[in-house]
Formats: sequence, structure tokens, C-alpha cells
Amino acid sequence: MVDLTQNYFELFALPVSCQLDQQQLASQYRALQRAVHPDRFAVDSERQQRLSVQYASFVNEAFNTLKQPLSRAIYLLRLAGRDVDMERNTVMDAQFLMTQMELREEVSELKTQANPEAELERLMAQVDGDITACLSSFEQHWHAQELEQAETIVRQMQFMVKLAAELAQLESELLDGE
Amino acid sequence: MALLQISEPGQTPEPHQAKRAVGIDLGTTNSLVATVRSGVAQTLADLDGEHILPSVVHYGAQGVQVGFPARAAALDDPHNTIFSAKRMMGRGLDDVTALGGLLPYQLVAGAGMPQIETRRGLVSPVEVSAAILRELADRAQETLGGDLDGAVITVPAYFDDAQRQATKDAARLAGLKVYRLLNEPTAAAVAYGLDQGGEGVVAVYDLGGGTFDISILRLEKGVFEVLATGGDTTLGGDDMDHLVARWLLQQAGVDESTIDAQQQRMAMIEACRAKEALTDAAQVDVHFGQWHGTLSRAQFDELVDSLIDRTIRAFKRTIRDAGLKVGDIDEVVMVGGSTRVPRVRERVEAFSARAPLTSIDPDKVVAVGAALQANVLAGNKSAEDMLLLDVIPLSLGLETMGGLMEKVIHRNTTIPVSRAQEFTTYKDGQTAMVIHVYQGERELIKDNRSLAHFELRGIPPMPAGGAKVRVTFQVDADGLLSVGAEELSTGVKSSIQVKPSYGLGDAEITRMLQDSFAHAGDDRDARALREQQVEADRVAEALAAALDKDGQSLLSEQEYALLLADLEKLKQCRATADARTIAAEIDRIGKATEEFAARRMNQGIRQALSGQKVDDLEKF
Repeated sequence: MVDLTQNYFELFALPVSCQLDQQQLASQYRALQRAVHPDRFAVDSERQQRLSVQYASFVNEAFNTLKQPLSRAIYLLRLAGRDVDMERNTVMDAQFLMTQMELREEVSELKTQANPEAELERLMAQVDGDITACLSSFEQHWHAQELEQAETIVRQMQFMVKLAAELAQLESELLDGE
Repeated sequence: MALLQISEPGQTPEPHQAKRAVGIDLGTTNSLVATVRSGVAQTLADLDGEHILPSVVHYGAQGVQVGFPARAAALDDPHNTIFSAKRMMGRGLDDVTALGGLLPYQLVAGAGMPQIETRRGLVSPVEVSAAILRELADRAQETLGGDLDGAVITVPAYFDDAQRQATKDAARLAGLKVYRLLNEPTAAAVAYGLDQGGEGVVAVYDLGGGTFDISILRLEKGVFEVLATGGDTTLGGDDMDHLVARWLLQQAGVDESTIDAQQQRMAMIEACRAKEALTDAAQVDVHFGQWHGTLSRAQFDELVDSLIDRTIRAFKRTIRDAGLKVGDIDEVVMVGGSTRVPRVRERVEAFSARAPLTSIDPDKVVAVGAALQANVLAGNKSAEDMLLLDVIPLSLGLETMGGLMEKVIHRNTTIPVSRAQEFTTYKDGQTAMVIHVYQGERELIKDNRSLAHFELRGIPPMPAGGAKVRVTFQVDADGLLSVGAEELSTGVKSSIQVKPSYGLGDAEITRMLQDSFAHAGDDRDARALREQQVEADRVAEALAAALDKDGQSLLSEQEYALLLADLEKLKQCRATADARTIAAEIDRIGKATEEFAARRMNQGIRQALSGQKVDDLEKF
């Protein structure tokens, strides 16, 4: 019957890899949605419509997972049999944690700064740079099939992506406060 | 046994009949219906040549009136004339009272939505909306010469689940088959996009009578991908009228709390007239009772600027949500009657540094876009050249310990979407779990909208944290949610189609349907039979088309013959049986064709990807 357990890379007919051609991904995505989207089945039977909702949801989920570097990395590790579960207590590198705490402190003091916008911009650039560095480090470990190290990098990346989201939220607040 | 007739592959047995499909813009102030004829989408006029139908229903002594006659009755009979029912759709009594404004109705708390007391008894906002939809459907049926096959009905992009469900309920009450609920800004983008063959990033600024929407879309090769949407379902031209009415009363030295419904209505009408006159004039004479004065454009601008500020803030936020900057916007499309106000255009132009597009009548553009989409969905036009990918406007989540909102699906996620989250028990030996679903962005559930709650019972007693409950959210292409829950170790299941706390139960819908038959002198059984026959025709037609297209390639000879026999059986059943038997037969056919449906889906995917490969080869 319906095989919605297909691996996301196979679904898009792309090779399993950390780097992928975003344009190709997007064009495959559009082609798949043209085939399965509920708008194609608006006059069909209810069952066919339900099936189409399931398929289109699956295609959307697959696209979102592969599009973002972090979720793609987590997905790659899962395919390799490693579930990156944030809830699990894992020992993080002490040096990394120190740096993170310092960064967070800077963020919490941001609003009291003389020029919060400039400070925010600096922090965002720094976090973005860190994420990019993590990505290339992940790629190296992945290619060498050093999964343990790759997983550590992904955990660190999760911290930083979360921080980046908080910074974006702060930026919204600053802008809305104008 | 008679020989079965099989048509040549690729040839439909009967000449292709275009479906009668319409797009309906169910607005706060005005509503319209449009359809595609000879390849052109146009709004349909009534016998007097009027395209616009005021969204007003009068429950009079002589009967129910809709549109212009209802609006005319408002001054003499304000309590029984319902305006702006859309603002009450899917809302609770508290929400509606909080709208403030000058509502001259007697509202009564109902099971879900507030009911309005009228001369003809209590009516719900859903019934008022259904009356408006029915009027437009009748108009379209007369123009097109037959029963409608289906409709696309537009809703504000920022409508939550309860408001969408209420709109769908109204359509059901009006006897309409809803192909899709379509977001108003997306509809407008379709109207402009197809009109101009555009590519790039488009912002749609939609300020209607009672709602404000802003959507950012990317147009590429016929795909309309909504990147982000935002807005305010309690902000619109009505609010400008309220502000001006309040100003009028102040100037006239009248205490707002002492005036009656008729005076309220007069103040609103005068305010609306002044607002419209100021679109072209620099100032306008106004009066209320004995008081006379003037209102200048500058004074008016000052009165409404705070409202426009709110729209600009939402505009900014939505651009950020889309991950873009103002400079990335290629075009700004203006939708909704309230964008006629010069100050609105000025402010939007100043903010976006783009001259907004207004070439399609802002009152009609949504209905036109909806008609184009209805035409595609009905299968009158090949879907190859257009695809709409819309998003969910508000996050969906569950209540977790401490009254916190755990988001399961975040806002601006492309729909349809399905997502599961696992939860566990909090106490030793806990055997039941309450699943409470909310929609909104705030951290605490009390600040978000409660959509539904249900219980999962029969969990085997285990230590705290032992049971694993998976809750699955599924949002369909209409933006409507259904939720299922399952305990993983035992497979105890529970699932509901979300009936929002402010929505209507099935029992209520049934009562309303019966009421409407009673009034129309219709026969309930006859209508039920007719509905099942229409459904049977739909299923038969879809199956015939599917067999014709893919039967030979995807089915064995035996499977083909069996399905063909099923098809004949359905046709016979439809012609002779009662409603219940037909419904059972439709269900049976559904099960029999499940495998075929899945094979067609998989084939679609294979073809989509292989088609892509060919394109790629051609490129190089």
C-alpha cells in the first residue's frame, strides 16, 4: 500500500549527502506537489482526497527537513542509526558551554546597551558565523564517517540555532518598539 | 449478462461537460460571486445589474431579505437587520462584545457562538452567512443555467480554525459543495499573477470592512508559494466608521451611552458616507441630528492613522517572518474597499517604496481569483499551469504541565501538514489523559484560543513517564485541523475532527438544516436523496475518468473488470435506491478503489520526477 516511509532523499530522487542543490530540491518539490497536492483531487472521491492530503503532507515535511541545514544534518544522522535526542542528558564540551554562557549573558544585557541595534547586529553576525563553521565541520566528519563527532557538532549547532532564533525575536521586539 | 462497454483509452465516453464552478468572496461588508466563462473570470450581476451584494440580512415580518433591500431596512428596523456577521463567525460572546463598536443587536450566549435575537427567533452568525451564500448561489445558478457543482469560498488568511470551520458550516447550510476555502490575499495574488504572468515576490495588503490581512508570496513558474501571512481579524473599514461616528457624536455633544440603535445606525451611516466622500474631496459637510459641521481630509487622516499604524506594524512583522527585507518586495497589491482611502495608499506606498497595484477593482479582485481557482479545481482547466501552496496563519499546540503551550505546528508552515508529538504520563498509574488543543502564538495557553479538548482513556497503569502517547495533528488544504491520539504500547486510540469550542456541533447544524427546510417548505428526505445522488454522480464520474486514464496501465484485466462492474452497480444503485443505500454503496466503492487510488498516486510521483529529469536533460 502507501509507502510513506520512503527516505526523503529517495523521494526527491536526490543522492544522500549533506550538500544538496537547493534549486534542484525546490524544482523537484514543485513537481511532486503538482502531482500529489489536494488541489489536483478536489472533484475526486473522499478517499482519494485523504490520500492526497497524506502524500502532500509527507512531501512538505520532507522538503522542510532537507531544506534547512540543521534538520538535514539531524536527518542524515538518523538515517545512519543515530537519533539526536535533545532531551537525553549528554555531556557537552566544557569550553563550548562556557562560550555559550558568555554569549547568553551578552544577549541578556543587550537591552541596557547604549546602542542595542549595533550590538545585536554584531551578535547575530557572530552566531551566524559560528553556525556556518559548524556546518563545514559537520560535513568533514560526515564524509570521514566520524559519526560520534558529527553528532557532537549537531548538538552544538542546535544550541546556536536556538540562540539565533532568540536574537531574531529580540530584533522584532526592538523594531516593533520603534 | 450484458456486455460491458469499454471506451478507447484516452477518449472519454461522454463529451466533456464544463463544471459549473464559482468563486465566492464572503465579505464583512459586501459579497460577490464570480465564474470563468470563455476563459475570462468575471463577477456576476443580479437582475438590476448590481455585482455587489451587501452582506446584510433583514429578518422582517414579511420574510428574510438579503442585500440591498435588507440594507435599506436597517434604518427603520436596526434590531432585525444583521450587518457584519463575518466578525462574529467562530467567536464567543466575549470576543464579540470586545469588538466594542456600535452593534445594535441583542446578543444571547449560545452553545458556541453568540446568537442574535430577531423577530424571527434566534439566529446564529452561521445562518446569516448561509443566507448570503444562498443568495449568491441562486444568482449564479440562474446565470449559468443549472445547479452548481462546487464553489471556492474565500476567508481572511488570518482566520483561525474556528472561523474557518464556521465558514464551511455556513456553506453546508447553504447547500454548497466547497471545493476549497481559499485565503483572500492568495486569491488576489492569483487574479493579478495570472493576469500579468508575474514572477517575483508579491505583498498583498488586504484591508476589508472588518479584517486586515497581509501575505507575502513568491511567484515562480505558475506556483504561488505563500511565505508568510499576518494580520488582524478585528481591524477594518468598519473601525474607521466607528472612530468617525464617535467623533461625530462628540462634536454633536451627544453621550454615546444614551443613544438608541436607530441613532447609532444613523451615526454609522453618516460616518461611512463622510469617509467615502473624502476619497475624492478635501473636506465634507457632516451632520448628526441638529448639529452641522465639516470634516476635513486632514482631520480624518488623524482619526484613522492609529489604525493604519497597526496595519503597517503587521506588514513589517510579516516581511520578517518571510525572512525578507522590505527591499525584496517586487510588487504590492491592494485589496479590499478600505484601500480606497487615500491615506491608506499613501502610507503603504511610503512604507514599501512601491506604487501599489490597483488595476483590478479592489472590491472584485478576490472573487475573480477565487473563480480562477474554482475553475482549476473543477477540472475545467488543466492544473498543470497553476499550483497554490498556502500556509497556516497561527501556530497549533497542546496544553502541557503548568498551563504552557507546546507548539506542534508553527505558524507559516506550508499546508497540508501532518505532525506528531509524543507525550508521557505525569503520575504513577495514570489511565487517562486530557488533550487540549490551542491555537495562537503566546506562551501561556490562557492567552491563546482554545479549539477543542478530548480525553484518551484506557491507558494501562504504568509508572509516571511510562506510557507514551503520540498526538498527531493533521491540517488539510482548507487550513482545518483534525487531531488523533494513540497510546503506543497498547494501541489505545482516540481521534476527533476538531470541533472548535466556538463552533457548531453536528446536532446544531442538523437543527438549522431542518429549520431552513421548514421555512423553505422543502422536503428533508428529498434533499438528502438529492445530495447522495449528486455525490454518487461525482464518485462515478471520477472513477470513470480514472479508469479511462490509468485503468489499462495500472490494473490487471481482472481488477479492471471488477472496478468497471462496481461502477455500473453504483450507477444502477443511484438510479433506484434510497439515500442510505446509495451512501453505503459510495462507501463500498471507496474501499474497493483504495488500492487503485494509491497506485495512481505513486504513478503520479514517478511521472513527476521522471518528467523533471527529461527537462533537466533538455536544459543541458
